[in-house]
Amino acid sequence: MLLQKLSDARGVSGNEDAVREILLEEIRPYVDEYRVDSLGNLIATVRARKEPAHRVMLAAHMDEIGLMVVQVGKDGMLRFRPVGGIDPRVLPGKRVLVGKEGIPGIIGLKAVHLLTPEEERQVVRIEQMYIDVGAKNKEDAEAVVKVGDYASFDARSEVLGRLFKGKALDDRAGCAVLAELVKERYEVEVVAAFTVQEEVGLRGARVAAYAVEPEVGIALEGTICDDLPRKGDHTPVTRLGKGPAITVMDRSVIADRRLLDLLVRTAEEEGLPYQFKAPGLGGTDAGAIHLAREGVPSIAVAVPARFIHTPVGFLHLDDLEHTVALMRAFLHRLAESFPWEGRAVP
Amino acid sequence: MDIAALLRELSEAGGVSGYETEVRERIAEAMRPYVDEIRTDAMGNLIGLKRGAGPEPRRKVMLAGHMDEIGLIVTQIEKGFLHFTEVGGYDIRILPGQEVLVHGRKPYPGIVATRPPHVLTPEERNQVPKMEELLIDIGLPPEEVEKEVHPGDLITLRIPCTSLRNERMAGKAFDDRAAVAAIVVCLEELSRLRHTWDVYAVATVQEEIGLRGAITSTFGIAPDVGIAIDVTHGDMPGVSDTDTVELGKGPSIATGPNIHPKVFEALVETARRNEIPYQIEAAPGPTGTDAWAIQVSRSGVPTGLLGIPLRYMHNPVETLDLNDVRRAGRLLALTIARLDEVDLSR
Repeated sequence: MLLQKLSDARGVSGNEDAVREILLEEIRPYVDEYRVDSLGNLIATVRARKEPAHRVMLAAHMDEIGLMVVQVGKDGMLRFRPVGGIDPRVLPGKRVLVGKEGIPGIIGLKAVHLLTPEEERQVVRIEQMYIDVGAKNKEDAEAVVKVGDYASFDARSEVLGRLFKGKALDDRAGCAVLAELVKERYEVEVVAAFTVQEEVGLRGARVAAYAVEPEVGIALEGTICDDLPRKGDHTPVTRLGKGPAITVMDRSVIADRRLLDLLVRTAEEEGLPYQFKAPGLGGTDAGAIHLAREGVPSIAVAVPARFIHTPVGFLHLDDLEHTVALMRAFLHRLAESFPWEGRAVP
Repeated sequence: MDIAALLRELSEAGGVSGYETEVRERIAEAMRPYVDEIRTDAMGNLIGLKRGAGPEPRRKVMLAGHMDEIGLIVTQIEKGFLHFTEVGGYDIRILPGQEVLVHGRKPYPGIVATRPPHVLTPEERNQVPKMEELLIDIGLPPEEVEKEVHPGDLITLRIPCTSLRNERMAGKAFDDRAAVAAIVVCLEELSRLRHTWDVYAVATVQEEIGLRGAITSTFGIAPDVGIAIDVTHGDMPGVSDTDTVELGKGPSIATGPNIHPKVFEALVETARRNEIPYQIEAAPGPTGTDAWAIQVSRSGVPTGLLGIPLRYMHNPVETLDLNDVRRAGRLLALTIARLDEVDLSR
């Protein structure tokens, strides 16, 4: 299963090569051309059935959040900082793989028996944490790791019935969807951009959108799913198993209304479930794409994923398949249903 | 003996205090080739007997390592998510984002739920979560969860062992499966040595919640000498070396009110003669180990205590050095082989 391969691959922002190789192998037989740009984006084109045709860019980011070694201590412990947004409270007691070779390490934590009452009440700061690879001292550690090495979570993916467990669902879920979409030809030209460095500021999508010059932009994501019981009357951002989540507005983009309407209409005509992502939270590559050159009408569609930006999460395979089905039907409708000349005034 | 494989098998097995069946079966397998008899007592303690070469009645030495581990237990179910509390003393700070196995009608993989950093307030990020606020997600619809899982079901952490550099290893239950492994090493060594005493190798239950298995098994065996093997805090960042012993420098031999001075001397003398590295650990009060219960069984038992250095105790990545386990096993065997020379008078 492609999603399993993608989820297990290690690709912290700036170091996406392993993910790109898997994707390239998967899509190569289907795409008309592809290239890798200077930042590492994989950009592949599926030409339209008839040319000339309108050009749509679909983006899914290959990078994941992780850690970077910033110091090798005299005691052989590796001090680190986060790459991308991580709540440090999820780090203690987890397994990681360090550097190109994937050296196994663990994030240790002072034994609970030895804590003072104050320490028990305090969140452990990331500056206090370290990775233990079993090294006896600095020299011993430096035989296998070095400052600047990336570390990723070591979580193995599993298919549990219709549930998928794995790391980096943000955004390997989007990558898996996009890799399916390029297997068909549409009335529009589809440019699939598997982007880098989304987690550190949507940096890959920015240069990819400039180069691609799309007329419509769509980010495919694995997004926040926080549908846990909580005190008070909170609406979750998305719900697991309730279908693709369509972004109306997040921190990075206000969705193009016409694309939004077409997505909803497509879902309803196809009898596919969908939900709206609660407005206001998160950001996606659509934020970078819609500001490319003179502007690109854009939107984001996402597979809900629980516990993103932590070592391991869940998604529902129905949501993944429904996202593929919705986007495929949408792309088939897009050529004739979108007002290509100029932007609509809301 | 492949000590790494044995430790991996024992540590990854489930055996929360009071529910040690799974791990007991694995330990019985490991002990069986080296003992003359093996039985399980009323409390669930596993007792292997390796007879000595001396004439009857033979004196008896008891080795005790506890096989129970700390764990979690379901307290209630809310909208398909599980509330839980601890059995034994976990450090709550390692729980968020941890993978678990919920022992319902069948074992269900789950994750200790977190909310993604995108939705957290700065105040929330600064709080150590409270046990009653944490939830476990097994990714099933609420009605299915209600059928499959019930309050009182046990939960174990689901984390594989990690092999680190320098024959070091991290795992979830080296407290105290490392001691059980050392006892197996001891039995194997004894098969090549002449010993006159009967050796009772005991994997005890319910240590973590009050040394309960040691209380009944010691009464049943009525040993002439008892030696408990447990883990002891290894060196780790942020902890004074006064409070720890060093990883890889051999087992610690405890001394203090819990320890019979002649048993202590016998262990030290054996280590010295055989050039086995060891460390002395001063234990001025309760040792918090099975040794505490063994010492006051019936009319009193001369008791010793060996410690295996362990970092990050009660954390799912407890880290040890395989050489310390081997040395502890060898030291036990060589001490047992010369018990006839030991004068136990005070």
